[in-house]
Amino acid sequence: MQWEAVIGLELHAQLATRTKIFSGASTAYGAEANTQACAIDLGMPGMLPVLNERAVRFAVRLGLALGAEVAGRSVFARKNYFYPDLPKGYQISQYEIPVVGTGHLDIELEDGSRKRIGVTRAHLEEDAGKSLHEGFTGMSGIDLNRAGTPLLEIVSEPELRSAKEAVAYMKKMHSLVRYLGICDGNMQEGSFRCDANVSVRPVGQLEFGTRAELKNLNSFRFVERAINFEIERQIELIEDGGTVVQETRLFDPDRGETRSMRGKEEAHDYRYFPDPDLLPLEITPGFIEEVRAELPELPDAKRARFAGDYGLPDYDAGVLTSSRELADYFEAVASSCGDAKLAANWVMGEFSGALNKAGLDIADSPVDAEALAGLLRRIVDETISGKIAKEVFEAMWQGEGDADTVIADRGLEQVTDSSAIEAMVDEAIAANPQQLEQYRAGKTKLMGFFVGQVMKASGGKANPQQVNEILKQRLDG
Amino acid sequence: MSIDADEVAQIAHLARLAVNAEVSQAHAQNLSEILAFVERLGAVDTTGVEPLAHPLEMTQRLRPDEVCEDNQRERFQAIAPLTEDGHYLVPRVIE
Amino acid sequence: MHDRTIAELGAALERGECSSVELTRSTLDAIEQAAELNAFITLTPETALAEAAAADAARARGEAGPLTGVPIAHKDIFCTEGTRTSCASRMLDGFVPPYDAFVVSQLRAAGAVSVGKTNMDEFAMGSSNETSWYGAVRNPWDTGTVPGGSSGGSAAAVAARLVPGATGTDTGGSIRQPAALTGISGLKPTYGRISRYGMIAFASSLDQAGPMATTAEDLAIMLQAMAGFDRRDSTCVDQPVPDYRAALGDGNLRGLRVGLPREYFEADGVDSEVARAVEAAVEALREGGAEIREISLPNTGLAVPVYYVIAPAEASSNLSRFDGVRYGHRCDDPADLEDLYKRSRGEGFGEEVKRRIMVGTYALSAGYYDAYYLKAQQVRRMIRDDFARAFEEVDVIAGPTAPSTAFALGAKSDDPVQMYLSDIFTIAVNLAGLPALSVPAGFGGGRPVGLQLIGNHFDEACLLGAAHGYQQLTDWHTRRPSLEG
Repeated sequence: MQWEAVIGLELHAQLATRTKIFSGASTAYGAEANTQACAIDLGMPGMLPVLNERAVRFAVRLGLALGAEVAGRSVFARKNYFYPDLPKGYQISQYEIPVVGTGHLDIELEDGSRKRIGVTRAHLEEDAGKSLHEGFTGMSGIDLNRAGTPLLEIVSEPELRSAKEAVAYMKKMHSLVRYLGICDGNMQEGSFRCDANVSVRPVGQLEFGTRAELKNLNSFRFVERAINFEIERQIELIEDGGTVVQETRLFDPDRGETRSMRGKEEAHDYRYFPDPDLLPLEITPGFIEEVRAELPELPDAKRARFAGDYGLPDYDAGVLTSSRELADYFEAVASSCGDAKLAANWVMGEFSGALNKAGLDIADSPVDAEALAGLLRRIVDETISGKIAKEVFEAMWQGEGDADTVIADRGLEQVTDSSAIEAMVDEAIAANPQQLEQYRAGKTKLMGFFVGQVMKASGGKANPQQVNEILKQRLDG
Repeated sequence: MSIDADEVAQIAHLARLAVNAEVSQAHAQNLSEILAFVERLGAVDTTGVEPLAHPLEMTQRLRPDEVCEDNQRERFQAIAPLTEDGHYLVPRVIE
Repeated sequence: MHDRTIAELGAALERGECSSVELTRSTLDAIEQAAELNAFITLTPETALAEAAAADAARARGEAGPLTGVPIAHKDIFCTEGTRTSCASRMLDGFVPPYDAFVVSQLRAAGAVSVGKTNMDEFAMGSSNETSWYGAVRNPWDTGTVPGGSSGGSAAAVAARLVPGATGTDTGGSIRQPAALTGISGLKPTYGRISRYGMIAFASSLDQAGPMATTAEDLAIMLQAMAGFDRRDSTCVDQPVPDYRAALGDGNLRGLRVGLPREYFEADGVDSEVARAVEAAVEALREGGAEIREISLPNTGLAVPVYYVIAPAEASSNLSRFDGVRYGHRCDDPADLEDLYKRSRGEGFGEEVKRRIMVGTYALSAGYYDAYYLKAQQVRRMIRDDFARAFEEVDVIAGPTAPSTAFALGAKSDDPVQMYLSDIFTIAVNLAGLPALSVPAGFGGGRPVGLQLIGNHFDEACLLGAAHGYQQLTDWHTRRPSLEG
């Protein structure tokens, strides 16, 4: 039987606000335990929540970027359950009426085609604290610094059909929230998290199969591996005559498998009801327009513009707009050096390669956009060749200074003096009479051999175009 | 609606309340009476009536995103039952 | 000295008849002598005397207001920085908050001297003050009877003239019902008039702080200090605070339109003595120039059942934070996390609190939410709409505050539904978020009867003016119990 996977993702984006969603405590990452948990975050008696304006603004930004309806009126509810990292005994979340309604996100599949994925909703809620199980003899330690950090939970329709599609969707959303400046996207620090609902069904069947909810998917790679494992597991189970049970499963990255949490969780009865400490959130058309005006250019629009304005191939435009940082870097290089195609090649090639190799983010790159543009300008004005430029870039990366300094220090300036090149050409021809004879007998591809000889003699610095021209004159003449 | 001792136990578990076996029966009876009393609401025709969550129908006020709370961990933990190294302690949570 | 009204004490202090320190000392003495009432959970003589000295100094600098140097008491539901705030629960027996409630800081800023924290029903859940972990409060009119609840300690303290004023909170009648049962005046302001910051929550959409004192004028003085906008409470309303004392006027009731809800006077279970006293009070209002009209509040009978869904539902969630982890009672040697939760909460909460948590948990649980909670919220709107229609025709609504006078200790403790019905006339007001007050209106069998006046949203000034006018025509508010025992 042919099987089809049905996948929906719940993404949690921590909003990049300065303070908590309902208190004025800082959300800065990495502080000492409980030093950023104020009386409200701790659920002290008599403490009350007041909603952070920027969290609302950020939610509206996402709503607009997803082409979604922003609710004029949404409601905060309490989700009641007991857990030590949940100080009030309830999580404030949006339940029946979320701030962001139905929207969509277009993703690109491997074959280059596009697919539109429906977004069911996105709602504001508060994060919980952290339980630490190591280091306290027989006890767990509770750190509530994270408690009350604003989250936007973004729920997709079950329209993803493979692990690859799921990852493409997640990456696109990850890029989008960073474009919008609403989330730093740091997955190691838990700023962007994913739960996946996975089921399988025979191809052609309309009803969904029973789904499992996968948790602990802390990287794109884990998402892909966990979903693939889960799809295989469910198909095998059904084919062996078993049935899938609805449950939460934890991904174990060490063993590459998902594990049932059954027995460790009880049937939940969250007793949702509207939080009486908060009033309905009203978002006016005026506020929405204000947020719309502050929206940055979004990835799809930027990609179209890169392709149109800079004449870049669609693929290149797609790569360069995959993150806002990369796009900004490219644009800075391109406008400063004046050659967008050259800039695109270098940013996607040498520069991205070096970043990857060093495991660095753009912000930490030892070669900033202006420095790279300085190098490319030397290619454009023919001070150095593209090949020499790679050597210069390497030296710049190692901290030897800007392009001009490296070129001067290492004496890499291109030789463009025709008489000097002519001398080298004559020398090369004189030194290889046999090849000259063959060439003249019609083996014209030996041209490359002579170019190589001249370039070698010049230490790579001779202007290749001039070398070509002069050689041609001499050989053919 | 009549609530029996088993249901009291279930509700008490949801609410994380240890309920004494001796009073459990009394609770069952009280809860049954209270529920019977509030059940008269069932007879009211509320077709088309919007639920009212707040007496004044106002909307939520928003707070500027500015840090206005400083670290008061020592004061807060001075009144905590059990802490270590800045953490609140609970019996080991198994995940 | 300590047995005068706030207005009189303010004037006496201003004239230099005594100092605030002297007044505070005599207040503390009086409280000690009346220990049998069990009106206080915690006394704070040192800080009280320090505040009194500061008040005297402020007066010497010419910086005194009407409350400067006047001793008051706070219900033990308001957090007081550095002073135990127990909510009359074993759960918070050792809880010393690191912050002050809004009401506490407002009254301190107005110069009032806080002498201590008054007894109450545990977490404000009760109508008799018998659910306190610190024991029942006695009604000074008859120590064999209850003072009402949940602000029973504040009511008893004011009624016995231990303090001229005290704070209370009112979720379903917790200021007005004890005010009625102890023969004092008590005001529940409009929902949102006073910030709930630092006030331990029972039912967030119903809770409201308010003043308790002997006269409407004193209520106006206290409300003036307690009201005000506070950004820390999202449900607090940003509305200008009028000059309540100035609005009392000369007590003239001419032109005041008073509505009498048919249903309040037809209700079962209203004592005939209560009915007689209230009818006499209405007659006094008419003689004072008020225009009396009959009105209808058709959903009156539904208020108590609505309340006993909504209030426990909110409470069940509000009280989840008391889990033995960050503050409050924690059981000994928990075997595991679940044991920690269940025993800490099981030991920390009394039976009535547990009962209400369970009712609320049940009403919100899967499968019952629509039938109970949602239905109750719908009927809540119907009740509010009844009042809105009534206030198109009248300025205030009058009726009994409670269906009976003070009952004997223990009389209703085994029958929660009967106890809940003590609040039949007060509860609808909280559901609708309206302001209402109770003023002394005579006696039945030697026990005080309260007249309830209900006003429109944010019309406390009109309400206080009507009560003040009534108190110009009657002297019930000047009657005091004798405490020889």
